[in-house]
Amino acid sequence: MSVILILIIASVLVAAGFLFAFIWSVKKGQFEDDITPGIRMLFDDEKYIEKSHSTNKPK
Amino acid sequence: MQDHQHATSVLTCYHCGEQCKDTTFEIEDKHFCCFGCKTVYEILQDNDMCAYYDMTAHPGVQQRNKTDIRKYAVLDDQQVRANFVRFADGNQTHVTFYLPAMHCSSCIWLLEHMHKLHPGIIQSRVDFPKKEVSVVFDERELALSKVAALLDSVGYEPLLSMSDMDKKPEKTLQRSRLIKIGIAGFAFGNVMMLSFPEYLAGGEVTDAGLQSMFRFLSLALALPVFFYCASEFYVSSWKSIKNKFLNIDVPIALAIIITFTRSLYAIFVEHGPGYFDSMTGIVFFMLVGRYFQDLTYKTISFDRDYRSYFPLSVSLLKKGEEVEKPLSALETGDLIVVRNNELIPADALLVKGKGQIDYSFVTGESEPIEKRIGELVYAGGRQTGAAIELKVVKEVSQSYLTQLWNNIDVSRKEDERQSFVQMLGRYFALIVLIVSAIACGYWIMQGDYQRALDSLITPMIVACPCALLLSATFTNGNAIRYFGKYGIYLKNALVIEKMTKTDAIVFDKTGTLTQSNTTSTEYIGEELSSVEKHMIAVVAAQSTHPYSKAIVRFLGNTMLYAVENFKEFTGAGIEGMVDQVHIQIGSAKFVGVPNALQEEHGIAYIAIDNVVRGRFRFANKYRAGLDDMISRLKQQYDVYILSGDNDADKEYLLQYFPAEHMFFNQSPHDKLKFIKQLQQRHRKVMMLGDGLNDAGALQQSETGIAVAQSSNFTPASDVVMDVKQLINLPALFKYATAARRIIIGSFVLSIIYNVIGLYFALQGSLSPVVAAILMPLSTITIVSFTTGMTTLAAKWVMGKNRAS
Repeated sequence: MSVILILIIASVLVAAGFLFAFIWSVKKGQFEDDITPGIRMLFDDEKYIEKSHSTNKPK
Repeated sequence: MQDHQHATSVLTCYHCGEQCKDTTFEIEDKHFCCFGCKTVYEILQDNDMCAYYDMTAHPGVQQRNKTDIRKYAVLDDQQVRANFVRFADGNQTHVTFYLPAMHCSSCIWLLEHMHKLHPGIIQSRVDFPKKEVSVVFDERELALSKVAALLDSVGYEPLLSMSDMDKKPEKTLQRSRLIKIGIAGFAFGNVMMLSFPEYLAGGEVTDAGLQSMFRFLSLALALPVFFYCASEFYVSSWKSIKNKFLNIDVPIALAIIITFTRSLYAIFVEHGPGYFDSMTGIVFFMLVGRYFQDLTYKTISFDRDYRSYFPLSVSLLKKGEEVEKPLSALETGDLIVVRNNELIPADALLVKGKGQIDYSFVTGESEPIEKRIGELVYAGGRQTGAAIELKVVKEVSQSYLTQLWNNIDVSRKEDERQSFVQMLGRYFALIVLIVSAIACGYWIMQGDYQRALDSLITPMIVACPCALLLSATFTNGNAIRYFGKYGIYLKNALVIEKMTKTDAIVFDKTGTLTQSNTTSTEYIGEELSSVEKHMIAVVAAQSTHPYSKAIVRFLGNTMLYAVENFKEFTGAGIEGMVDQVHIQIGSAKFVGVPNALQEEHGIAYIAIDNVVRGRFRFANKYRAGLDDMISRLKQQYDVYILSGDNDADKEYLLQYFPAEHMFFNQSPHDKLKFIKQLQQRHRKVMMLGDGLNDAGALQQSETGIAVAQSSNFTPASDVVMDVKQLINLPALFKYATAARRIIIGSFVLSIIYNVIGLYFALQGSLSPVVAAILMPLSTITIVSFTTGMTTLAAKWVMGKNRAS
């Protein structure tokens, strides 16, 4: 029976991991703008990519 | 003449896709409808950014009504600046602007490539649903005002208004709701899993150690749900109890607390299974339902006040020099300059220039009003024509327009108490309490105290009004979503219910039933030769009066002749000599029509060499499909028309509206009063309007619908509706009624479940198995029933009319 104990704890931990991933993504604002990123990825412009990499986002 | 018309009907603007009407601007093989559009194209061409035009055909927005970019100078004022800048450290400055013109993927592309236009811009990112752009730029290279001007120069005018300066908190609210749903869902799923052994074994799990571990794990998972996720229910019900009123959250909070304490008792005292699965389930489904119901439209504001209509700054004249000042710094006695298409911010005296003030938005009158030096000009109008100078006589907050807003009867509160759902929910909770009290009494008399306690508490767990409320929240949430898909944006769910009660519909005329800024022109009289037509057009082209412009549009301007001795007589007409021929255009009196009975509106007579030849008639253009809509509405409702305009169209409108239901020359206060009178006769009024003159009436009526042209300003209202959807008003009513029926249907469904649950609960023998099956089964069937039915109803009722 003790193997069930381990299984349960493992499964709850995995689920908790996903929960924290979800909370993190909400806090990052990933659920707020669900249109622009989809369009943005279709722009193939190298200059743009270079630029956005070189800027350091201040907190 | 024929050729000319043919040519114009084919030419569309390369930038905005609109027809090039009066004159066209050309670059190579590309045509532009106005100078503004052409300028935008040139800027993009210079910066090698014409990819803008490859992604979407005609991605631009018409640039004809540009305002002066000098107004952005006010952004460099420290106080104003602080409201827009989110971050600044000397190297980088972060700023967010709201750009109503944003509408397609080309817009996103252009706005995210702002750095190509100016090296000082480091990065720009678009939030499309909010129509916002966040710009990171180097303030040593360009000032904030220059960033705004740059956006304006490529056709995206940032909307800067005073009321934007004090809002924000919504973001975090939405986020915390999502996090709560995540946690509740996580706990609900896991507690369900941990409860399974109990369900299957009928409450007898062989391994005692495992059993108690499962129970304590469930408790641990339920704690954050009880204390964090469900907190908003406690807060809201506590507030309502303090106001001596039971709102819909009270039974929910009660059910949650009872279930939780009963489960604690079960675990620690009885050493039996708890009801944490039910409790977490209630919280999870309720939160999801609320989330869908509260999904509001980010770019639409329903509670605008006068401040969002006003610009942020005014051009102040100080010792002959123009300075941009924040509107709040404006004082009486100040001299201000108002240019073409700019708003008059405060009641003022005209001191220089000729006022041609368009009050259509404030009063509903369709013609601009001429003002002469020394006359008082009310705030809210728009100057059309050359710049004027004004002397402010009243502060912004004291002006006529502002007073209009402040005078609105605020006593009309959102009366949630009357809501059908609220009522049913409350009665249901009451009935459950009474029934369980009776059962409890019965068991006490039987001497079975344990069962008495159970039968008092378990009904609250099983038959909690949760299922009932879910049906309402999910139906409303889904219905609001569908309304939104069809271009109708509801402020909240209560509006659906209020709509179904409507029995009188009041329409505004200008801008609501008519298309604003378009007139249909008609010529009545003797046939004119093509030479004469050209002559009339040339004379009319000299004037900026809207009728003259309409004549030019109607006849087409060929510029074949030169005009001599052109004279304009305010309020009367214009005249000029063309090729030795004397042309007069104007009122009956001006051209000398012999027996003109009365001054007619919307007529301009033509006289050639002092012989009256005929007249032009200008009529407002009514929206297509109007007659069908009105005749359908008339069968069920009383329809009224309340217009701030003159009664020139009365005859035309008689075919739709009974004469005693038409009111013209109504001031904003008259409109408000009229709605109040209807309400005193116990009518439930729906008002449709578009302008500031309707603001009072919109708020006073049970359902105020603001009819919106694309991204324009809308007054405070319950519903914001796309103009294109106006003719679908009957379908809107039908759908609202359908939504109400669906709620009732799902109520019946949930009552059946509740009766079954109560049957077990009242016997005091509710086993966890029954509870566990009943709870998710009822929620899932109800949720799928309501969402499925609302979707079907939307397809059925509004199917063909979907907005783009």
